Amino acid sequence: MNRSRKLAPLLNTASYVSLGGASDTSPILTALRRSALSYTQWTLALCIVLTAALLQTGCSTVAQIGQAAGVVTPQQAESMVKTGQSVGKAFEKITPEQEYYVGRAVGATLLSTHKVYANDAATRYVNLVGQTLAMASDKPETFGGYHFLIFEDDDVNAFAAPGGLIFLSRGMLRLCKNEDDLAAVLAHEVAHVNLGHAIGAIKGSRWTAAATVVGTEGLKNVGGEQLAQATTAFEGSISDITGTLVNSGYARGQERDADTLAVTILKRVGYNPAALARVLGNMAHDIKPGGAGFAKTHPPPDARIADLNKLNTAGQAGTPPPARQQRFNAAMAGV
Amino acid sequence: MTTRQLWMATALALMIAGASGSATAADMSVQIRNAQLRATPSYLGKITGSAPYAQRVEVLQTQGDWLEVRSAAATGWLHKSALTTKKIVIKAGASDVGATASGEELALAGKGFNSDIEADFKNKNAEVSFAPIDRMEKITVSPSEARAFLDQGGVKPVAGGAR
Repeated sequence: MNRSRKLAPLLNTASYVSLGGASDTSPILTALRRSALSYTQWTLALCIVLTAALLQTGCSTVAQIGQAAGVVTPQQAESMVKTGQSVGKAFEKITPEQEYYVGRAVGATLLSTHKVYANDAATRYVNLVGQTLAMASDKPETFGGYHFLIFEDDDVNAFAAPGGLIFLSRGMLRLCKNEDDLAAVLAHEVAHVNLGHAIGAIKGSRWTAAATVVGTEGLKNVGGEQLAQATTAFEGSISDITGTLVNSGYARGQERDADTLAVTILKRVGYNPAALARVLGNMAHDIKPGGAGFAKTHPPPDARIADLNKLNTAGQAGTPPPARQQRFNAAMAGV
Repeated sequence: MTTRQLWMATALALMIAGASGSATAADMSVQIRNAQLRATPSYLGKITGSAPYAQRVEVLQTQGDWLEVRSAAATGWLHKSALTTKKIVIKAGASDVGATASGEELALAGKGFNSDIEADFKNKNAEVSFAPIDRMEKITVSPSEARAFLDQGGVKPVAGGAR
C-alpha cells in the first residue's frame, strides 16, 4: 500500500492550515516530501508540524523532541525548525531593517521627481526640530534613525517614508510662521512613521508574492530567479507607497490618527499643541481644493481642524522666548 | 504508531514547547543598526556603551518604555523600540548589516528587502539615485544636541517631561 498517497490529503490540510491556501509550494509540504521519512516518521512529523503550527512558537523544542526520540535525524529536525520559522515569520510584521530599505527606495524614488533644496542652515534647523520630536515619539528608535530633507517645490507638501525619512517642500515651510508651526508639521509626519502608515499602503498581493518566493526550502541558495522575484515584489511595494504618498493619500482616519499623535508628541516636547490647527488654518487659506500636492492627498484642512478641536490642545505656557522666533527667522530667511 | 501514542506525543510536545517559551523571554535582540545604552532610562542619560544590530541582550528590568539590559560589552538602558524578542541571525562574512541572512531571514526577502535587493533595484532603476538619501542619512542630531536646542529655545513641557 502506498502510505504516502494515503497521507496526501492530510498533508494538504496541514499546508492549508499554516499557509492559508498556498499550494504545492508550501515549505512544510516540501520539507516533508524531501525528508523521505518512514510512515511512523511521517506521522510523528505531521503531528509535530501541526502542533508547531498551532503554537507558532516553540517549534525548535518540538523538533528537538522528535530528534531526541530518534524518529527524525538532526538534519530533518533542523529543516523542520527552519521551515516552521519561515512560515511564521513571512506573515509577521515587517522588521525595522526591511522598513529601512523600503524607506530608502521610497525616498530615492520621490527625489527623482523632487529636487533637493540646497540650504544647509535650513536643513540643519529642520533636523534639530524634527529630532526632538522623534525622540519624544512612540517609536524613537528606527533602524537608520530619523532624517529630514527639504525639496524645492512651491506647492505645500510633505512625505514620510518608512523608517523615518521625512521630506517637506519649501512651500510647506513658507506656511509656517514660527518654530511651533514647523514642529506641528514635522510631528504629523513623525506620527505617520510611528503608526506605520506607509508600510500599510503595500498591497496584500505583494505579501502573497513574497510567500510564493519563499515557498521553496532551497532558500539557502537564493539564485538569480528568486532575487529577481524578490526585487519585483520590492518594486511593487515601493510603487504602492509612492502612489499613496503622491496621488491617493491616506484614509481620513489615518490622517486623524496622525494628527492626534502629533498633538501628543508636541505636548511631550513642549511645543504648542494648538500649532497644528493653526498651520492647517494657514493651509485652508492658501491651498485650493482640487489643487496639487497636499491638497490632493489630504482631507480638507477644515475637517482636520474640526477633529483637532475635539482634542485638548491646551498646554502652551506663556509666550515663547524671543530666542525661538529669532532662530526660526534666521534659518528660514532664504526659504 | 497508534492513535494513542500520537496524541501523547502531541500533548508532550505542547507541554514542553509551552514551557520553553517563557524560559527565554528575558533575552531580546537589538533590531536597529547601533543601539546606545544609557545610564538612566532616558535619552538624557550618559552613554554607557553600544550594542550592534542582532546582538542578544539580557533584560534586567523594565521601567515604562525603557529596558535595562546587559550586552556583551556593557549594561544600560534602551528604549523598547530598539529591541525585539526575535532572534536575528547574521550570515557569516556579511560585509554590512543589510547583507544579513539565514534560512529564516531569507524567507523575508520577498517582502523585505535587504542590501542585495536594493542593489538589484538600483541596477534596474538607474534613473533613481540613492545619493541624496545617503547624504540625508549623514545628517544626524545627537540627543545632547537636541537637548541643548530645546533649552536654547525655551521649549519645555508644561507638565511631565520629554521622554
